[in-house]
Amino acid sequence: MKMRYLIPLVIFAALVGLFAVGLGLDPRSVPSPLIDKPAPAFALPQLHSPETTLGRADLMQNKVSLFNVWASWCVACRQEHPFLMQLSRGGEVPIYGLNYKDERADALAWLQRHGNPYRASAFDYEGRVGIDWGVYGVPETFVVDAQGTIRYKHIGPLTPQVWRDTIQPIVHQLQGKTS
Amino acid sequence: MRKWLAAMLLLGFHGIAAAAISSYQFETAEQEARFNQLSQELRCLVCQNQNLADSNAGLALDLRRQIHEMILAGKTDADIVNFMTERYGDFVLYRPPLRGSTLVLWVGPFLLLLGGAAVLTLIVRRRMAAGEEAPLSDEERQRLETMVRERGEKQ
Repeated sequence: MKMRYLIPLVIFAALVGLFAVGLGLDPRSVPSPLIDKPAPAFALPQLHSPETTLGRADLMQNKVSLFNVWASWCVACRQEHPFLMQLSRGGEVPIYGLNYKDERADALAWLQRHGNPYRASAFDYEGRVGIDWGVYGVPETFVVDAQGTIRYKHIGPLTPQVWRDTIQPIVHQLQGKTS
Repeated sequence: MRKWLAAMLLLGFHGIAAAAISSYQFETAEQEARFNQLSQELRCLVCQNQNLADSNAGLALDLRRQIHEMILAGKTDADIVNFMTERYGDFVLYRPPLRGSTLVLWVGPFLLLLGGAAVLTLIVRRRMAAGEEAPLSDEERQRLETMVRERGEKQ
């Protein structure tokens, strides 16, 4: 008979548990179906030299590289930019850019002002390569290995913490280092 | 007058909404219907609670353009939905496919409904079983009659 009074308590506890899990999830980070799949092929004019193209093959020349989607209109990109600069100065991993739905002049001016951490940036004016890569929220950062496989995708600004805890271990592993 | 005004306003807004959708040219009405259907069933990933038809986010515009091009190129609805899920996952679908990970989504509400119905039946049954009221004793009947009489005199 006393068990009856415990039922609402149990239901309440179950709800609290569900809400606690739900609050910890980020609805903006949608799992990408592209992880561990071949990166979508592309060939786009480079931002700095439109007559040269940048493509998947360029990324594959490295054991591992970062492919960072950015735009001059993107506020969160400015937030992550100092860290990308720091990362590129360290030379630990080559960073390539996908300049997403931007005006060339704006993008060039933005890099001029804040520094250019990229070996090269592909200029995706219409955002079609962005669609192929499943980009929906700039900035996004992909980890691509030498086989051209996407090993990881980070949505939102890259922070030292995300780098240290998640991306750096993957990069080290692909570079054959024991970290 | 007010009703008439509201109707006119509604008509006006309807025109705007339709204009936003049909800014694309199609060869047949059937193609346009498919476009509208698809852009209503696919979710905009930027503003997650809107479909592609309702959203004015840059990505939604691009994806509508993509659907338009694919329809004109003779792709089937399944091709287009595949194209989207290959890139954005099942999340773009407002009607996710039935599979292991989405089973709870599809079956859950019905299970809850069944559970609710079961609890309800249980309670109602128990009440009905307990509903056979014991007859009043003589003393109780007398009290009831006095109460009814007193109430009658007051009125």
